[in-house]
Amino acid sequence: MSDASLPLQAEDLEPARAARHVSGESRLVQWSLVAISLAFLCLFLFLPLITVFVEASARGWQAYREAILEPDALAAIRLTLLVAAIAVPINIVIGIAAAWAIAKFEFRGKSLLTSFIDLPFSVSPVISGLVFVLLFGAQGYFGLWLKAHDIQIVFALPGIVLATIFVTFPFVARELIPHMQSLGSAEEETALTLGASPWRTFLTVTLPNVKWSLFYGVLLCNARAMGEFGAVAVVSGKIRGLTNTMPLHVEILYNEYMGAAAFAVASLLAGLALVTLALKTLLEWHFADAIAASRRH
Amino acid sequence: MSTTVSRWREPSILPGFGLALGITLTALSLIVLIPLAALFLKAASAGPADIWAVATSPRTLAALRLSFLGALFAAAVNAVFGLILAWVLVRYEFPGRRLIDAAVDLPFALPTAVAGIALAAIYAPNGWVGGLLAPYDIKVAYTPLGVMVALIFIGLPFVVRTVQPVLEELPADIEEAAALLGASRWRTVFQVLLPPVLPALMTGFVLAFARAVGEYGSVIFIAGNVPMVSEIAPLLIVIRLEQFDYAGAAVVATLMLLLSFALILLVNLVQARARRRFGNV
Repeated sequence: MSDASLPLQAEDLEPARAARHVSGESRLVQWSLVAISLAFLCLFLFLPLITVFVEASARGWQAYREAILEPDALAAIRLTLLVAAIAVPINIVIGIAAAWAIAKFEFRGKSLLTSFIDLPFSVSPVISGLVFVLLFGAQGYFGLWLKAHDIQIVFALPGIVLATIFVTFPFVARELIPHMQSLGSAEEETALTLGASPWRTFLTVTLPNVKWSLFYGVLLCNARAMGEFGAVAVVSGKIRGLTNTMPLHVEILYNEYMGAAAFAVASLLAGLALVTLALKTLLEWHFADAIAASRRH
Repeated sequence: MSTTVSRWREPSILPGFGLALGITLTALSLIVLIPLAALFLKAASAGPADIWAVATSPRTLAALRLSFLGALFAAAVNAVFGLILAWVLVRYEFPGRRLIDAAVDLPFALPTAVAGIALAAIYAPNGWVGGLLAPYDIKVAYTPLGVMVALIFIGLPFVVRTVQPVLEELPADIEEAAALLGASRWRTVFQVLLPPVLPALMTGFVLAFARAVGEYGSVIFIAGNVPMVSEIAPLLIVIRLEQFDYAGAAVVATLMLLLSFALILLVNLVQARARRRFGNV
């Protein structure tokens, strides 16, 4: 790293990369483009990330510990883990079912179904929460009925879980569908012809084949489930110690001018993001072929 | 019984189609489609006069304008810098390249509220960057400019990730041919290398726009949220909801959805034309 020159000599590069550079840009242009990229990333990516940890440690270790071990913060951490523990497995089941139907069979309306599954990606998180308030809120379509039967969905755990499932709906299916499609069905057909039961075929042939793209989808789904803010903010009611998730707790602390505490809780979420990124990158390096197949779409 | 093959799907010896499709359709209907239908129903129940009043109120228009223009601007900034970033990551070798490549996905992984408070801290007048700009009387946080900063952050990975694979698979021989035929490097890049990348660039632009237009968590901390000035449409929905104006919230939400679907459709049509022109990339 101390050698400041850009190592652009062809012999330093892997062959494929070197081959591209027979007609490359001048060193000055290369330097400038790298510098522009780094400056852009620093302003919008690295500085925010560093800020989280700097601000979190601004008041020292003791304050950091207190902010995280305070009862409301612990309740928020517990709720966030609980919501993810419910929403992610449900999304795994739905994602596998959707991928099986879409990747292994040809039927009419398939592309429409695929775009419906992707729909939550283009809906604002706030609207993802709003729809459940309109259905289950006090003035919602089922509000009176729910009240009569003493069931609470909005401003309670079920609403938070529903909104979380909504925003993370496409993640698992999106990773699985292209991978399953690229694998084809020959192996499953062989297993079935040899007499394996449908479940055995699925568990011992299909699942092992797609396990890494499944893990990849689950990883992204989990990160979003734990970090979701907008949708959950609308349905949770933000009752401290009860319906406050970690991101909502960050907001409350921040709005109460408890910056250091807000950043302390935020640093846990940033840590989760870094772990997610690290695992994701490892997966991409080690299972490049399997994942490249799904990335191409 | 099973000798009659249903007409709407091709026969297959694989089992589980009914179960898999059943689970998918049930979940999709219960969690996505019926709730979205309830939104449209609620908006429609407001009646034409009320819908018109909400849709044309200056505050709604200002919020929609900020969300859509802000998202378009942020997506455009991301298109330019995302293209440069993808180019640098694919074509140059420099220290830390793999680390930077991995870091580009940070906005996907970092919860939006965390990004929001961090950006607000940096771009506030007493922050690291805001402090540098303050002497020149440039305010970023708590102005519409702050909204743009958050939207640029949230859309950053999309263009890079859509353009990167296309740049990687660009055959080396076309640029060698261009160079041998005497084209300047500048001309080779802009007339030979970039045109096939254009459809992917537009896909990235649309994805970044779609994400930015509805973004809430990272924006509200840095925006200042002044009505008519720095109040985004999703925040207006939240405010209407907090006032128990369900119909008003539903109308603004429906407007947002219809507008963004229309824009995405439009760009997809343009892109389909570009795809036909430059081949299937």
